[in-house]
Amino acid sequence: MAAATLKDQLNGLVNSMFAEGLLDDQFTQLQMLQDANNPGFIAEVITLFCEDAERLLKELTTLLYFQTLDAYVHQLKGSSSSVGAQHIKHGCIRFRQFCEENSKEGCVHALNLVKHEYYRLKTKFETMVQLEQRIQAYEGQQQQ
Amino acid sequence: MAITAEAQFHVLAVDDSLIDRKLIERLLRTSSYQVTTVDSGSKALEFLGLQDDDDDEDSSDSSPSEIEVNLVITDYCMPGMTGYDLLKRIKETSSLKDIPVVIMSSENVPSRINMCLEEGAEEFFLKPVQMSDLERIRPHIMRRKPADPEEEEQGEDQPQPSQTPPVLPLQQQITNDNTAMAMAPDSSSSSSKRKAMDEGLSPERRRPRCTVTA
Repeated sequence: MAAATLKDQLNGLVNSMFAEGLLDDQFTQLQMLQDANNPGFIAEVITLFCEDAERLLKELTTLLYFQTLDAYVHQLKGSSSSVGAQHIKHGCIRFRQFCEENSKEGCVHALNLVKHEYYRLKTKFETMVQLEQRIQAYEGQQQQ
Repeated sequence: MAITAEAQFHVLAVDDSLIDRKLIERLLRTSSYQVTTVDSGSKALEFLGLQDDDDDEDSSDSSPSEIEVNLVITDYCMPGMTGYDLLKRIKETSSLKDIPVVIMSSENVPSRINMCLEEGAEEFFLKPVQMSDLERIRPHIMRRKPADPEEEEQGEDQPQPSQTPPVLPLQQQITNDNTAMAMAPDSSSSSSKRKAMDEGLSPERRRPRCTVTA
């Protein structure tokens, strides 16, 4: 059955992300909130996260002042934490430390790290969303 | 005891982060609460029926909102009006002060937590908020009785001598067993309020600390 294959793929992807530390326990919490009545919850939240992250990373790339930097990093840390994006969250924590030390070099380095982690995660999230949507499509069809 | 069947409780959730609003809304709905989310303190006050100008000191119900809100859960760090500011406004307003308020924050700062609890917050949750945290909300929602508008107005002016709590016949019941525990409904939650501060968090909450150990 096609949906079962898709689900296997999705589970495989998610498990590998856990194994790599890309996702933490908070993602499990999100999975528990998705059910037959709310089949699109995960796809929705991770899509929102990606939009949010892109916006913030763009701002961060052009900013010079540490206080404003810190506010954006705080936001990114918050949303990555809520979604279970562990590496990004930790990257933001280190980033904030550099902000506090007013270390421009440190901030540039930290920002690059966070971006790297984000793009690594983004591809997998995009795959996840596609799989989720295809699964929903199948399960929607079967109910007819 | 008759269960008030399907009594729907309404929670107002306040957070400037869209993702966190999605999350808290989903969590609350899963717990069968009705939910309204807003992205700022001032919108929260609007929803609760207050204008953002000045005080409703004299307010009998100046503009009561149509929806009765049974609990407010708000993020602490928000631009403009913080969660703490919102908490204060609510507690300063006679028509709203009995609504239980819960504060959420991504940062575990004991002085902040104390400040909020002292201002009247019922609980302080560390973010990201999880299902297990929501169980701590229920007693606060249940405890609050819907305000009787007549009673509120009179209560301001007239001291009501009959307000002493009924004398419990417990003294007759205290035997050598320690059944005295049954008497105090209030000994409750002051310990659970401290949970966020206390490093000895319950083992289910294996939450990574915010400070990175790299």
